[in-house]
This record gives sequence, C-alpha cells and structure tokens, in this order.
Amino acid sequence: MSSVEHPKLTKKDFKSDQDVRWCPGCGDYAILNSVQTAFADLGKKLHETVIISGIGCSSRFPYYMDTYGFHTIHGRAPALATGVKLSNPELDVWVVTGDGDAMSIGGNHFIHTMRRNVGLKILLFNNRIYGLTKGQFSPTSPQGKVTKSSPLGSVDYPFAPIALALGAGGTFVARAVDILGPHLQSMVKQADSHNGTSMIEIYQNCNIFNDGAFTGFTDKGARDERILYLEHQKPLLFGANKDKGIAFDAHFRPFIVEGDDLGKAYVWDETSDTPAPAMALATMDEEVFPVPIGVFRRQDKPNFEYAVKQQVETAVANNKQSIKDLIYAGEIWDVK
Amino acid sequence: MTGTDTTNGLTTSTLESGIQELDQVVIRFAGDSGDGMQLTGDQFTRTTALMGNDIATFPDFPAEIRAPAGTLPGVSAFQLRFSSFDIHTPGDAPDVLVAMNPAALKAHIGQLKKNGILLLNTASFKPLDLKKATYTVDPRTDGSLDGYRVIEIDLTARTREALTESDLDNRGKDRCKNMYALGILYWLFQREVEPTQKALALKFAKKPAIVEANLKAMAAGHAYAETVEIFQVSYTVAPAKMPAGTYRNIMGNQALCLGLVAASNQGNVPLFLGSYPITPASDVLHQLSGYKNHGVVTFQAEDEIAAVCAAIGASYTGRLGITSTSGPGVALKAEAIGLAIMAELPLIVLNIQRAGPSTGMPTKTQQADLLQAMYGRNGESPMVVIACSTAADAFEVGYEAVRIATKYMVPVMVLSDGYIANGSEPWKLPDVDALPKIEVNYAPEGKPDEKFKPYERNPETLARPWAKPGTKGLVHRIGGLEKQDITGNISYDPDNHQHMIDTRADKVARVANDLPPLVPIGEKSGDVLVLGWGSPRGAITAAVTRLQEQGHKISCAFLRHLNPLPNDLEALMRSFKKVVLPELNKGQLASMLRAKYLIDVKSYSQVNGQPFQSHAVEDYMRNVLQEVK
Repeated sequence: MSSVEHPKLTKKDFKSDQDVRWCPGCGDYAILNSVQTAFADLGKKLHETVIISGIGCSSRFPYYMDTYGFHTIHGRAPALATGVKLSNPELDVWVVTGDGDAMSIGGNHFIHTMRRNVGLKILLFNNRIYGLTKGQFSPTSPQGKVTKSSPLGSVDYPFAPIALALGAGGTFVARAVDILGPHLQSMVKQADSHNGTSMIEIYQNCNIFNDGAFTGFTDKGARDERILYLEHQKPLLFGANKDKGIAFDAHFRPFIVEGDDLGKAYVWDETSDTPAPAMALATMDEEVFPVPIGVFRRQDKPNFEYAVKQQVETAVANNKQSIKDLIYAGEIWDVK
Repeated sequence: MTGTDTTNGLTTSTLESGIQELDQVVIRFAGDSGDGMQLTGDQFTRTTALMGNDIATFPDFPAEIRAPAGTLPGVSAFQLRFSSFDIHTPGDAPDVLVAMNPAALKAHIGQLKKNGILLLNTASFKPLDLKKATYTVDPRTDGSLDGYRVIEIDLTARTREALTESDLDNRGKDRCKNMYALGILYWLFQREVEPTQKALALKFAKKPAIVEANLKAMAAGHAYAETVEIFQVSYTVAPAKMPAGTYRNIMGNQALCLGLVAASNQGNVPLFLGSYPITPASDVLHQLSGYKNHGVVTFQAEDEIAAVCAAIGASYTGRLGITSTSGPGVALKAEAIGLAIMAELPLIVLNIQRAGPSTGMPTKTQQADLLQAMYGRNGESPMVVIACSTAADAFEVGYEAVRIATKYMVPVMVLSDGYIANGSEPWKLPDVDALPKIEVNYAPEGKPDEKFKPYERNPETLARPWAKPGTKGLVHRIGGLEKQDITGNISYDPDNHQHMIDTRADKVARVANDLPPLVPIGEKSGDVLVLGWGSPRGAITAAVTRLQEQGHKISCAFLRHLNPLPNDLEALMRSFKKVVLPELNKGQLASMLRAKYLIDVKSYSQVNGQPFQSHAVEDYMRNVLQEVK
C-alpha cells in the first residue's frame, strides 16, 4: 500500500465506467462531483473505499464511483454497512441515502447507527420529496406540501434530520448544500477525519418534483442574507457585511441581534458538551431565521467497531481454545 | 425391551433388596414458573447422563416470564426419560409426576400413567391455591387421584425445617424446595448427588449461603425419602449400551452453534452473527456471544431486519454472515434474504421454529415455516433449505450449512424448532480431526488493467467469486437490481433476466449433486415408507422400529436436505406401496413432494404445539399398513 506504487488518484479515477442516469439538472450531479473531488484530495484508495446505499435516486450513487459499492434495499444501508465495518474496521465505509430512505423506512437504523457511533460516513441527500416514485411528500417535506399523494396538502409535521441525529447521540452532524461545492467538499473532508459516525445532511434540489425547494436561501442573490455559516469558535454572524448575528436566551431560544447588540452573537462551539445550542439551530424556523450550514456538532467518542474488535481480540488472546477443547467441554463421560 | 418406546409403569411389588432394576423411567417435574422446575429437571438430566444412561428431555414452559403465581398459565414443566437402551424420544406418558401446586397437578395429571407415582407439595393446596387452579373441590379428597400412588409431602415446611440454621429469609428458604424434591427423587432412582453439588457450587459461586441452603435441602429430601419409608422400594436404571466414545449432554441450540464454529474453523472463514432476541432462538445469540475467543463477532441489532442486513454486510466483507431468529423474524428478513440471493453471497439464516401464525405460541413447537423458507420471498428466489432433527444432529447441520453456503455462494436456511432447541440428549462427540474439509477461496488480487468480473462463475457449482473489499484490483458494484451475468452491470435485457433467474435456480439445484445417499431404517422397499424431517424423527423412529419388530414391512427415512431434495428420494418413494409423512404442520412437505413427484404422499398432520407421541404415530401407521394390504 505504499504511495510509491499508487500515486495519488485524481477525481477522474473515482468515476466508474457507468453512464450517470440522474435527470439532467439534478442536484445529485453536483454532489457526485464534490465527493469525487474530495476523495481525490483526501488521497483515498479505490480498493479501500466502500460505498453502500439504500433505495432512491441518491442510492444509485455507488454505481458511479469506481470503488467497492453495494446498492442494497430500502432504508437498510446503515445496517448493512454496520456489518461491513464490524467485519473489517479498516475499510473506509460511506453510506449514501436520502430523506425517504433514512428518515422514513430506515429511520430505525439511522438512529441506532448514531447511538452506537459506528464509524460510517453518512451522506443524506435531502430533497424533501420522493423522487424515484415520482413525487410524493417525504418525511422532510414541509407541512401543507401539495403532491400526488397529498392533493390537499400534507398534514404531516416534518422531521429535521439534524435534530434527529443530535437527539440520537450523533457525534458528527453537519449540513451542506449541493451547489455550494467548496463548502460541501470541506464537510466531506471533516466527516472523513471524524472517528465515529459522521452525518452530513445535503440539501439537494430535485428539479423535476420539488424544484426550487431551497432557492429561497441558495440563490446567489439570497445566500448572503439567508445562510448562516457555522464556524468553530467564531460568532454566529450572517449578512453580506456580517452585520447580523444569532444569540440565545436562557432557554436556548434563538433571536437575531444587530447593531450595538452584535457582540452578543453566540460564539459557536461545535465541540460543546451539550447538544442544546446545536439543537436550537437545527430547529430554527427557516422562514424567520437564516439557514445554518456547517458543523453542528463534533464529539470525540470511541467508536463501536473498535470496541467490538477489542473485545474479540482480548478474548482470543486471553482464552485461546482449540475446537476440540470447545467441543469436549463441560460434563463429558466415556463409554467403553 | 430394546426398541420399545414406552415404559410399563413402576411396579408396586416390594422386593427384599429394596432396590428394583428398571430399563427406563419417565419423570415430569411441574410447578409454577418460579418454582425452579427447569433447573430441577436439568440437574436430574446432567446427573443421569453422567451415570451413563441414554436420556431425552422435553422442557415445556410458558411464554410469560412470571405468569400470576399458582395459575394454569404459569405452569412450567420438564419431562425427562432415561433408560438402559437407545431411546429416541422423551417418552409419552410419565411414570412419575412431581406437582408443586394444584395448577401443575391439573395441567399434567391427565398424562400420568395408571399406578404412577404422584408427588404433591401439600403446602400449596390451600383453598386459595385450589381456586387459582380452578378446582372447586380438593382433588385429594374427591377420589380423582385414585389409581395413582399419591405421596403428599409439605415440601415448604420440610425445607424450612431443614434450613433452620440458614441465614436466608423464608422466601429464600422456600426457593430451595425444588432441591428437596430433587433429593427425594435422587434417592428414589438411586442417583448420585455429587454432580449436582458441584453444579450448584459453580452456578451460585458468589452466593455461598444459597449454595449451602440448596445442598442442605437436597440432602434433607434424600434422607427423608430413605428414612420415612414413603416408598416401598427404590429403583435403578443400568447404564445404556451406547456406542463407544466420549459423550456430552447437549441441547439443540448449543449443538448448532458448535457446528457453525467448528466449520468456521475448518474452512478458516470467520463468523459474524447478527441477531435480535426472539424465543426460542435467543440461546443461539447467547451461545455465539460467548465464543468471541474463537473470533466470532456478534451484533445484537436494533431489529430483525438490521440483524440480517448486518450479516449480509459481513458476508460481503468476507466473514460468514449468520442471522438467528424464529418464524416472525424470518418474515421480517424476507426482503434482505432476497438481496443475498440476488447478490449471490453466502448467508446462513437459522429459523428455530415455534408455533405460529403471528406471535402464536412462542414457547411451543411446530414445523410450519417450511413453505415460508421455500417460497416466502418476492420474485423467483430459491434458497437452500436444510433441517436438523435432534439436538446432536444440529451439530452436523450447522456444519453442513457452512459447507453449502461457502461452496455455492448462496444463502442457506436452517430449520430447527423449539423442541430440538431446548431438548437435550447425549451426544457422541465427533473426532475433530476427521471432520469433513471445507474449502473457502477468496478471489485473489486483480491484475492491473484487467476489469474484475464479479459474476464470472465456477463451471461446476456456478458460484461467483468471493471478492473482499480491501483487495486490490477487485473493485466492483453489486446490488438488488438485475445484473448482467459475468460483468455484474445493471441489465434490463429480457434474455439476460431469464438466464439469471435460471442460473440462480440451477445453482441451488446443483447442491443435490454432492449429497450422501438416503439410508432408510429398514428395508429399501415394502408396504409403507414413513418419511420425516426435523424433530418428529425420534417419535417416527420409535414407532416404525416397533412395527418392524411386529413383522410389518415398514421403513422410515429422514430428510436433512429439503431444498434441493436428494436425487435418490424419488426412487426410494416409488419402492413402497405408500408413503406417509408425519409433520407438525398442515402437510407442507407432503404437498411439496406431491407437486414435485406426482406421488400420492399421505400427510399425517399435528399442529397443537406439542411434539408427536410415538404411540400415536404407531397407531396411525398400523392403520395405514392395514389399508395397504
């Protein structure tokens, strides 16, 4: 595995020979591009990388990467990937999923992966709609969403995936946007360096069934005023001139500060020992407040697969036993 | 007497020596689920196995951990049969019934043999106890126990007396009354007390007061039986003449796990178990979790689906993925098993069947998941199905599952059931060095500039290469979408889809090419062939052997491989006038055989949550024999 034999790969090396079949204009193209760029920058090796997906538009992702890939079944990618990580913790395992796949049918696996802190890197493409089944509302669609299955508007309250991940004990929780490439690449790299579960919610535009879901804050003209970049140990400031900020009251209710109060803007600490500030940001009303992107939380905590591996290795070292001793154990007797 | 499956009852005649020799005895312990009947039965079993008898057990317990005390749903029982000859079942009717309370009496008295010994704990026959057991009249006074040898002992009071010096409170002392009862039976059947002394010392190593109290109670029970002359005689059963070798008493789930670990070691393929607790399969999870020192990785997942998916992930990574469950869990895992079939990865699904449908009767036995194993997935998705038939047989079946899964790169369903899982029998331990070879080959590193073909097949087995992520030059993508043969690329081509469906079926069918010949018990032709699979094996063997001794032209054969079926099965079936198939379901294998061979297989069905009684099987077959003539 010396770097002499294997010169650093380029973005092109990560592309498989399969034609990409997402709809033209889909946000997935930009994400694929950013991931390939980030992987090349990180010096990843094709044979050590495994990408596992569930079902949905986003889950076609592994076919387009020239790494190991497993396109599994709906919602189950984190569970299958956990088996991969436990079997070989050295592998670099990425899970690609969507808001239907991870938040709906696979919700259980999502939260338990977070809870265990399995060393998986989860990319959750959130387009707030079911794309592959042609446009039903998803668990992240805003209430009142009119779709084929909700002609009078959906009555469901949506999930905030970041809040769900935080609530489940997620140790690296971040958000990025499909078309903000350099920021997305930076999130991918930070996720990569994290020891346990990394989860990046990536806002992704479905230009067929939910076009413009995020344009209110991703359009070039709106970004400066509507996006709040989370930067570690820096105040929560936004606006073209960074002249507005977010502060919290004693109950972690956010409010906007400006002018003389700008100094009260909360100094962001992604490693905070309480999830409260991150939770407050994750549940802010996006009609009223800017939309935070960046790292919500990062906690160093031993990961699941190494703890499991250690138990096995300790048992093997301390109590080595032949198969004969295993079988010829307990109360045995001889018949002559 | 050899070959017979029922006891003649214990004699009442008094002998000078005071010890009478029997060739077999059936004992049933019954009490509240908190009375420690499983522990009592287990101790009697271990001791008796160590004394060289053949033994078979049948624990029968409620699903509730603690049903209301003293009620019928709370009754827990443990039946054991030991003998001086080779036996196949835990016996039909008991010779001795220990009933710790009226509910236990009510639930089990119906099966006690005429003139059988009935040991009652009179401490729990107060009016409220009788009411809880829905008795309106005390059964000890209404003549309903006439014809049994009733022995009434206030076990609670006697135990407390024996433990006056113990520091335990009355509650703690009362918990020892099962050991007092065991002491009585140990004297009655001339059992050695040392094995139980050792076992209890080990079990409660951190609680010496409890060990002491239990042992004292057992000794007191033993002394009581010896001195007060409640029994005219005591009995002994000589050791059975069993094939030479080293033995160990084993339960089905234990043996299954040992088979898997032995095969993993032999094939140098590390195991991974993904599991979610479910009755009666949880012991597989417990057992394998204890084998970390053999490199076994176990994962208690968040649900049944995660358990099987993690196992598939492990197989994809080069470990052998196993998932253990019961029928309801298999239902949940169906989609994932389909993925393993499509991805052509090895996988072992252990279904320790229980009585369904739905939640059914979790602690009761049944074999009604065969068709689920065969057909319970969407699309054309055949999988290998094998079944174990006894606790000891489970070792070989676990071993065989690993052989097939890794040789053919296919998922394998192993069917066991609650009766096999929890029942125990002496197991002649295999010669570890003589275990069949299992060869596992992972795909070697790929050559530069040569594209890896993940679906290029072994011409003999049609298995595709097992390519572990992390290996250079083998990067590839797999998934649940239909793929082109050889390249593995997604394909919607009609001819390719037909070809792949045929290939996946052919792969499973080829497993039949290296199966051992079917060996019937009895002649290879005759009037009636009784076919069996799974746990009815013991009852069928006992019944058929007796009928053979009576001169009938009847044979029996047992199927370990249910999909594919052995190639020589059809010829065997056609060599008999009639084929009968007893199953603990509504005739599932019978209908499979009728469909496949167009042979008029007669189904003998029982679905009451209980194993077959060998007597019932014998009577049924006698009628069939008459019809055939």
